[in-house]
Formats: sequence, C-alpha cells, structure tokens
Amino acid sequence: MAWSVLKRLAEIAAVLFVVSVGTFALVDLTPGDPAITVLGEGHTAEEYAALRDEMGLNDPFLVRYGSWLGSALHGDLGTSLIPPNSDVTERIAAALPVSAEVAVLGLAMALVVSIPLAMWSAYHADGRVDRIVGAGTFGILSVPSFLAGLLIIMVFSNQLGWFPRAEWVRLGESLGDNLHHAFLPALTIALAETAMFTRILRGDLITTLQEDFILAARAKGMSPVRVLFSDALRPSSFSLITLLGISLGRLIGSTVIVEYLFALPGMGTLIIGSADKGDFPMVQGAVLVVALIYVLANALIDLSYGYLDPRIRRAHV
Amino acid sequence: MSDIVELPDPAGSGPRPAGDARRPATRHLSLPGLGLAVPGIALAALAPAVLPAPGWVVFLAFAAGLALAYAGLARLGRGVFGGSFDLMFWLCLAWLVVVVLAAILAPVLPLGEYRDIAKTIDAPAMAPPSLFSEHPLGTNNFGLDLLARIIHGARASLLVSIGAVAIGMVVGGGIGILAGYFRRLTDTVTGVFTNSLLAVPPLILLIALGTVLEPNLRNIAIALSLLALPSMIRMARASTLTFAQREFVLAAKAMGASRWRVMGRELLPNVLLPLASYGMVIVSVLIVAEASLSFLGLGIQPPDPSWGNMIAEGEGNAFQDYPHIVLVPGVTLFLTVFAFNLIGEKARKRWDPRQAKL
Repeated sequence: MAWSVLKRLAEIAAVLFVVSVGTFALVDLTPGDPAITVLGEGHTAEEYAALRDEMGLNDPFLVRYGSWLGSALHGDLGTSLIPPNSDVTERIAAALPVSAEVAVLGLAMALVVSIPLAMWSAYHADGRVDRIVGAGTFGILSVPSFLAGLLIIMVFSNQLGWFPRAEWVRLGESLGDNLHHAFLPALTIALAETAMFTRILRGDLITTLQEDFILAARAKGMSPVRVLFSDALRPSSFSLITLLGISLGRLIGSTVIVEYLFALPGMGTLIIGSADKGDFPMVQGAVLVVALIYVLANALIDLSYGYLDPRIRRAHV
Repeated sequence: MSDIVELPDPAGSGPRPAGDARRPATRHLSLPGLGLAVPGIALAALAPAVLPAPGWVVFLAFAAGLALAYAGLARLGRGVFGGSFDLMFWLCLAWLVVVVLAAILAPVLPLGEYRDIAKTIDAPAMAPPSLFSEHPLGTNNFGLDLLARIIHGARASLLVSIGAVAIGMVVGGGIGILAGYFRRLTDTVTGVFTNSLLAVPPLILLIALGTVLEPNLRNIAIALSLLALPSMIRMARASTLTFAQREFVLAAKAMGASRWRVMGRELLPNVLLPLASYGMVIVSVLIVAEASLSFLGLGIQPPDPSWGNMIAEGEGNAFQDYPHIVLVPGVTLFLTVFAFNLIGEKARKRWDPRQAKL
C-alpha cells in the first residue's frame, strides 16, 4: 500500500515538474519580449538593456527557471507586467474562489438532476422517457458551452430578465445575491455535465440492476426507490467517478468560457485577459495553479475508488 | 409444425418465423410513410415563406413540419430498406457531405462577399435571413453574406480539425507503438509526457498556446493536435501491448522480421483501425475547441470567418435585435458537431474492439 502511494506521488511530482517547465518555457518560445511589454512605446536602448538585465532576461534558461520555481514553491509567483503591477499570487487568490464556486455549483446541479433522471431511465430502460432522455442528452452534448451560455443569456437574462448578466457579488457580501448572480453561469456548466452523467450512470445502473443482490432486495419487498438509492447507486458509480476525473478538464474549460461570457472575475477571465495583453507571469502562474489543482483532483479521484470498492483496497497491497 | 407455419394466417395469430414476418410488417410502412413525409416537408418548407403569422407560430409550424417529415421518412426508409434502417444516420451523413463539399467548392460557388468589407458598402447590413433573396442566410453588420461566411468558416474549421486529427494519428500512433513495443524506459518517458499533456486542462492549454503562437491555420492545427495526442498515444500503446502478444507477431519474429518490420507491417495495420474510429469521435471535440478559441478571440482572427468568431460577433446587444447573427453559425456548428458525434459513436461501436465487448 505504502509503495503504491509513493509511486503515485513520484508520478505526480514528475508530471508537475514537466508542466512547470512547459509553462515557464512559454516565455522563451514567445516572439514577443516581456521587457517591451513593460516599457511600451518610446524607450531608449539603454533603458531596454537595463530592464532586461533587471528582469533577468539575459540569464540562461535554467537559471531563470530555477529562480522562478524557487519562489513559486514559496508561494510567490512574481508580479504582473501590466500596471498596476499587482502580485500574481494575490490576484489568483482573489480569482480562484469565484471559479471554484461556479464550477462546484454547476457540478452539484448536474448531479442533483442526473442521478434521478438516470435512475428513472435505467429502471424503465427502452421506455418512452428513456428514449427521450437518451436523444435529449445526446443532443445537449453537441451544443458547445459558449453557444449554450449565449442562448441561456438571451432567454433568461435578456428576454425574461430574471437573472443579471454582468455583475458579480462576492460570497461574503450577501449569500442570496451571490447565488442569484451565480445561477446562470452554473446552469450553463451544468447542462453538458448533466447530459454526460445521465448517460454514463444509466448504462452502469442497467448492468447493476441485473445483479442477483438487486433481485434479492426486490424479493424482500423493498420499494424500487429504496433499492435504487441504497443498493444500486454505489456499485454503479465507478464510471461516474472516473468520468468526473476526465470531465474535470472539460469542466474547467467550460468554467473559463462561462466566466468570459458572464464577465465573472475568476481564473478564466484572469488567464484570457492576461493572455491578450502578453502578461506572462500572470499566465504562467495561473496555468500552473490550474494544472496543480487538476492533477491533485485526479489523484484524489483515484484514491476514492478504494473507498467505493473495498476489493480495490486489497488489490493494491 | 412446419406446414402449419407456411399456411397463410389471416387472423395474424400463431407463430411465424421472424424472417418472414419482417418483410410484410415493414412493407406496409412505405405508403403511410410517404403520406406523412410529403405534407411534412411541404409544411416545413412553406411555413417560413408563406405563413403571415408572428415568429413563434411560424417556428412551431416549421418544427411540426420537420417532425412529421422525419417520422414519415423514417417509416418510408424502414419500408424500403428493411427494419434496421437508421434515418438519423443517413441525415447526418448527408449533412456532413454537404458541408464538406461546400467547403471544398467554396471558391467556385456563386457566393456573396465573405471577407472584404470594402466591397459590401452598398449591401444591406444585418439583413435577416430570407431564402430566395440575394442573401439567403442574411448579412452581418458589415453587409457580408452569412452563407458565404459559413461556408468559408467551414473550410477553416474542417481544415484545422481534420489536420489536427491527422497530425495526432501519425505522431501519436507512432509514439504509442514505440512505447508499447519497446516498453521499459521508452514507455515510462512516454507515460510522463502524456500525463503532463493531460495535466493541463484542454482549453487552458489552447489559451496558453494562443498567447505564444501566431494565430494562423497551421499553428492552430498544431495546437489542437496536442489535445488529440495523449489519447492517441494511449490507445496505440494499449492496442500494441495486446497485439504484440499474438501469434502472428511471434510468427513474424520467428521468420526473422526486424523490429521495425514487425511494427510497420504487423502492428501498425491493427492499431490503425481503432485510432481512425477514435479520430472520427475527436474531430467534433476539436471543432468545438477551435470554435471556442475563435469565440474567445484567440483563434482565427476576423475578418477571416470561423464559426466561433461569427458567433462572437453576435455577443452583446446585436444578439438581442438580430438573433440570426448568432443562430446561423450556431445551428451550423451544432448540426456539424451532432453529425460527427452520431457517426463517430456508430463507428466506435462497430470497430473499437474494447467497445464491441460491452
């Protein structure tokens, strides 16, 4: 057990190392020059040379990477190139909760809708509802999230005026207002996730429902709802958990899009805005943090298999 | 027993072999199918042109007409081609053929101006779609023809996505076979490399590359191929691992085939099929990725059209007053992605050995 955990940790460390090198190397590959981004138009050659020296741009790649990684490990990701040259770590710390809230809310909405929907579809497999759900989810999966977001804005924000579009209220200020602002972004994220979860969980449930222990539970006279929730759900959730890991990438992607659409002050807006202006330290820091979260979340998901299925715990030893 | 079965059974009860029952059961579907399809198509075609009613009534009539036509055609198809006829599949295929042909033939088609706003000063701006006019799908705020822009956008979209899949298949397939065949260090290094690529969420990777690379078609295709690469490598590696154990590989080795010959002549043809069917599935993902990137302003740059940047034009107030700016490219994007998904799903069920067992 300890060996497999160590091996997994070494893998994670290797992956994070490669990602950090890749992220940092972005600057070297760039045709633009960070020094020019800072100076803007109209500067002398001496100023330019002095700034390059000061920013350490003349040092060899490994030296620069080493010092960047060294401070990154201490939680210092440098300062932004664009005025008001704010601290990258602070900006990320301010943006991250917004993205996290919208993503988690969207995921929760997706689970709340998809679990009962999948149960109904699986229990009445090939029935009318099942076929409509099957076709509907397949269709929803073909709608890109930015298109879904635009349509949702058109209907709920512009036509009906039920929800605001381009403001954001922090969670600390007012919970009600915060949820009111977060609802449409979360709904946009939830759409595609709901469709995916429903399809996968339905497939697994249909397999589980043919098992003997389900028959036994039914024979004892337990109600279908009780059987579905207490006996069938847990053994059917493996693919769902795996999928959660895979779809996390898509989830982060749609969160970025949704933040852009609804002008939320989250990580996506931060990354896109900085990418537009050539603010490299900001892009590097934000991408590194997102990758870190992504890798750790996937590792956690791997561990959760053992919790869901005791057989896997033993197999690892 | 058998002579009873062969007797005609006017009451319709009693056992009949399945093969016999199928033909008469489906043949009688043709006529009502035709009866449903013709008025359906007529309703769908005439509703937008003729009905003097508010927008949503026309839309409902149009949708009802389409539904009728679909039900009718599905029955007609089952009647003519047998019970396993899948109308949706053929419709999707037809749509893709139309899109691809239009994209290939775009320079010779009699289309309106798609790019140069200096030539469209006289053209109406924001003209709504009207099928029999000069601009069948309407114009944008510079008076550029939306049909022409959609078709030229399809060129960019398909070129970039299919190019990316091709790069992914060649590079990913190659690396995957090497890793699966040599194992040991090659495999470990490849594993860390693929995991690192997978460690950055796809859209974030694209945005990060978008900061660095000049946004032209070649660079976007290369950036997109990085999304396809990890899964291609993993699939090629997994298939190589299983095929390398098989007898025909052993036989080739026993006859003195070199390692490169085994990989090229024995393993490659077997690995290619699942890769190709996965390629069909991932094309739609890449089309969406390209559209998202262009929507965010980091992909194909205006005035060159792409479905993504066309949808971005309608963001904000334009969308409120002129929904067609968003809906025309949006529906095209949706239909194309849907068609690729449906056909890819069918291809995967058929050819992916891992799925076939399920």
